Amino acid sequence: MNAALKLPVEPWARRLVLLEIVLPVVLLVLGIYAGLLQVLFRAGVIQAAEFWGWEYYQALTLHGVVNAIVFTTFFAVAFGNALVPYALGMKLPLRWAWVSGIVMIVGTLMAAWAILAGKASVLYTFYPPLMAHPLFYIGAALLIIGSWIAFFNWIPLYLRWRREHPGEKTPLAVVGMFATFIVWLIATVAVAIEVVVLLIPWSLGWTQEVNVPLARMLFWFFGHPLVYFWLLPAYTMYYTMLPRLGGGKLYSDKVGRMVFMMFILFSIPVGAHHQFAEPAVSSGAKLLHSFLTFAVALPSLLTAFTLAASLEHGARQRGAHGLFDWIVKQPFFSTDGWMFSYLIAGLVIFIMGGISGIINASYSMNLLVHNTSWLPGHFHLTVAGPVLLAFLGMSLHLLATYTGKAIRLKRLAVAVPYLWLVGVFIFSWGMMRGGLHGEPRRTNLGMSYLNPDSPFYNPEWKLYVTVAMIGGIIMTLAMIAYFTVFFATALRSRTQQPAAEFPLSEAYHDEPVGALANLRPWVITAIVLIVIAYTPMVRDVMRGTFSNAPGYEPHNPAPVNQIEQLDTSP
Amino acid sequence: MDRIEKMVMAIAIVLLVVFFGAIVVAATSYGVDVPTCITDRKPFVESAPPFKTSDQPLRYEVHTVARMWMFDPPEITVPPGAEIDLYLSSADVVHGYHVEGTNTNLMAVPGAVTYTRLKFDREGTYRVLCHEYCGTAHHLMVGTIVVSHRAMEGEQ
Ligand code: HEM
Ligand SMILES: [Cu+2]
Ligand SMILES: [Cu+2]
Repeated sequence: MNAALKLPVEPWARRLVLLEIVLPVVLLVLGIYAGLLQVLFRAGVIQAAEFWGWEYYQALTLHGVVNAIVFTTFFAVAFGNALVPYALGMKLPLRWAWVSGIVMIVGTLMAAWAILAGKASVLYTFYPPLMAHPLFYIGAALLIIGSWIAFFNWIPLYLRWRREHPGEKTPLAVVGMFATFIVWLIATVAVAIEVVVLLIPWSLGWTQEVNVPLARMLFWFFGHPLVYFWLLPAYTMYYTMLPRLGGGKLYSDKVGRMVFMMFILFSIPVGAHHQFAEPAVSSGAKLLHSFLTFAVALPSLLTAFTLAASLEHGARQRGAHGLFDWIVKQPFFSTDGWMFSYLIAGLVIFIMGGISGIINASYSMNLLVHNTSWLPGHFHLTVAGPVLLAFLGMSLHLLATYTGKAIRLKRLAVAVPYLWLVGVFIFSWGMMRGGLHGEPRRTNLGMSYLNPDSPFYNPEWKLYVTVAMIGGIIMTLAMIAYFTVFFATALRSRTQQPAAEFPLSEAYHDEPVGALANLRPWVITAIVLIVIAYTPMVRDVMRGTFSNAPGYEPHNPAPVNQIEQLDTSP
Repeated sequence: MDRIEKMVMAIAIVLLVVFFGAIVVAATSYGVDVPTCITDRKPFVESAPPFKTSDQPLRYEVHTVARMWMFDPPEITVPPGAEIDLYLSSADVVHGYHVEGTNTNLMAVPGAVTYTRLKFDREGTYRVLCHEYCGTAHHLMVGTIVVSHRAMEGEQ
C-alpha cells in the first residue's frame, strides 16, 4: 500500500478534533464499566439494587447515553471536522467549529452530572412521563444543537469547493458525511421539538402534563434515523477506505453514491417499527412503516456485495485464485494497515446484526421479541459491532495522525476487534436466546428473575444470562486492551509531524453519476416520503389519545406535582 | 453499474418483496396482526376481572390497569379455551405486558388504551411480565393468568 496523501492541519483545528476524540473515549471507560455491571446484575452474580453506589437503572442510563449518544455524536462531528476539509483540500473554518465543540461539551457535562447525581435514571430513551432533572434535557438539546453547528460549518466550505471545481464529482467521502448529517438534521428536528417544546417546560414545572403518545411518536421519528446516523460514518469508511486497506479499489463509485442517497430517502419514515406493540398508532401506519423499513434494507444488501467485490478484486490483484482463496488472502492481521482489522471484524458482526434487524422489522413477528433481551442482543451486533469498531479504529487513527504519535502496542491494537467479535457473538447469543424465552430487557434480573430467593425466580434463563455474562466479560477485556493502546499512544512523545492522512480508495468502476451528483432532489423526495408516512401517524395519535400525563420520578409512584403540593402544604 | 451489480440489485429487491409479502399474507389471511389504534375507549384506572359481555360461552372481557409496580387485577383466572378481550391502561408511566411463552406483547401507554384478544387453550399458569422500564421496582412487576377448569365451576 503506497502512503496516503498527508495534509498539514492548523494547530487549533488539530486540538479541536483531538478534544472531540479523547473526551468521549474517556467517558466510554465509564460506559463500558456500566455494561460489565449489567451482565453481572443480569446473571444474578450481583443480587442487589446497586453496586458500589451505581444503581442498576442509573448505570443503564449512563451506558445508553454515553455509548450510544455521546460517543457516537462526538465521533461523527470529529470525523467530519477532519475528513470533510481533507477530502475537499480546504481548511476547517475554526470559529464555528469551536463554538460547536464547546456547546456539545457543555451539554454533555450537564447531562452527565444529572445522571451521575441519580437525578435522571430514565434511560437513554427518556420516555415520559418518567421525569428527569431539567439539566438532563437541556444538556441533550445542547449536544444536538452543537452537532448541527458543526454541520452548518461545512456547508459553505462545500459550496465554495463546488464553485471552484465546476463539473467535478463531489468526493465520495464528503457525500458520505453529508448524507450522515442530512439524516441527522431532519431526524433531530423531531426530538428537539419533543425535548424543547414538551419536556423542558414540563420538567421545570411550567407545564403540568405531557402528551405521551405524541412524545413517543416524536422520539421514534428520531430514534430510527439515529441508528443510521451511527451507521453512516462507518459506511463512509467502508466505501472510501476499506477497499484500499484491503489492497484494492472500490468496485463501484456509483453504487456508493446510490447507497448514500437511499439512506437519505428511507432512513426516516420508518419510526413506527419501534411502536408495533403500542396503542394510538393504527395497524395501517405500522404496516406502511414496516414496508419502508424493508426498503432501507436494500442499500445494506448492495453494500455487502460491493464491499465483497472490492475486497475480492484487491486479493485477485495480489494473486488469489479459486473460489475462496481471496477470502483467506485478506490482510486480517497486518499491522501496517491495522485499521483493516477493525473494519472487517465489524462487517462480519454486521451480517448477524442485519439478519436479526430484518426479523425485528417484520411487523407481527416483532411481537415475539419486542422488549425482550433479544433486542439488546441484536443491537450490540450493530451499534456495538460495525459502528463501535469503525469508530474505535478511526479514533485511534485520528489520535495517531493528529498528534503525530506512532501507535504503541500495534499487535494488541489488531487483536482488539477480533476479541470483541468473539465476545459480542457469545454475548448476543445469550441475550437473543434468552429473549426468545421471554427474558425481558431493561430489567435488573439479579433482584428478581435470577435470584433464587425471589418468588419470581426463573432458572430456565440461567444458561442464557450466564452465556451473556461470559461474552460481556470478553467484550470488557477487549475494551481494556483498546484503552491501553489508546492511552499508551496518547501519553508517549511525538514521533513525527502531525498531519491529516486518510487512506482514501480509488474506484474500479468510476462512471459518471448523473442524477446522483446532486443532493437536493433526494432530500426533497425524502421529505415527501416523510409526509406520506407520518400524516396517518399524526392523525392516529390525535384520535387515540384522550388525556395527558403528569410527571413521575422513577422511585415514586405519586406524580411529581402532587409531591410538591404536599411539600408546600403546612 | 455492470451486469453482476444489476443482478444483485434485482435479487435483493425480490428477496425483500417476498419477505414483505409473507408478512402481508400472515396479517390478512391468518390474522397474525399487531395491536392497533382504538378510539372508542377512554383510559381507565378502575380494573375489572374477567366478565361476560355476551351469551357466547368462553368469551370474556378484562380491564387491566398497569401501575407502578403491579398489574391490577394481579391475577385473573379463566377456563381453557377462553377468548379474552383485554383492554390495557396505565395509571402512571409506560409499562409493558408480555405473557410469557406467547406472542401477546403490548405496551401500556398513559393517555391511550391498548386492546388485544388473548386465547388460552391449555391449562396452566402464565406469568405476565412488565418489560418496559417503569421505575425503581420495575423488575418486581409481574402478573398472573391462571387457565383452569375451576374457573368454569366457580361461575355456576
Ligand atoms: C463491555 C461491553 C458491553 C457490555 C457487557 C454491554 C452489556 C449490555 C447489556 C447487558 C445491556 C442490556 C441491559 C438491560 O436491558 O437490562 C446493554 C444495553 C445497551 N447497550 Fe451495551 N454493553 C456493552 C457495550 C456497549 C457499547 C459499546 C454500546 C454502544 C456503542 C452499547 C450500547 C447499548 C445500548 C444503546 C443499550 C440499551 C440501553 C437501554 O435499553 O436503555 N453497549 N448493554
Ligand atoms: Cu429502527
Ligand atoms: Cu411496569
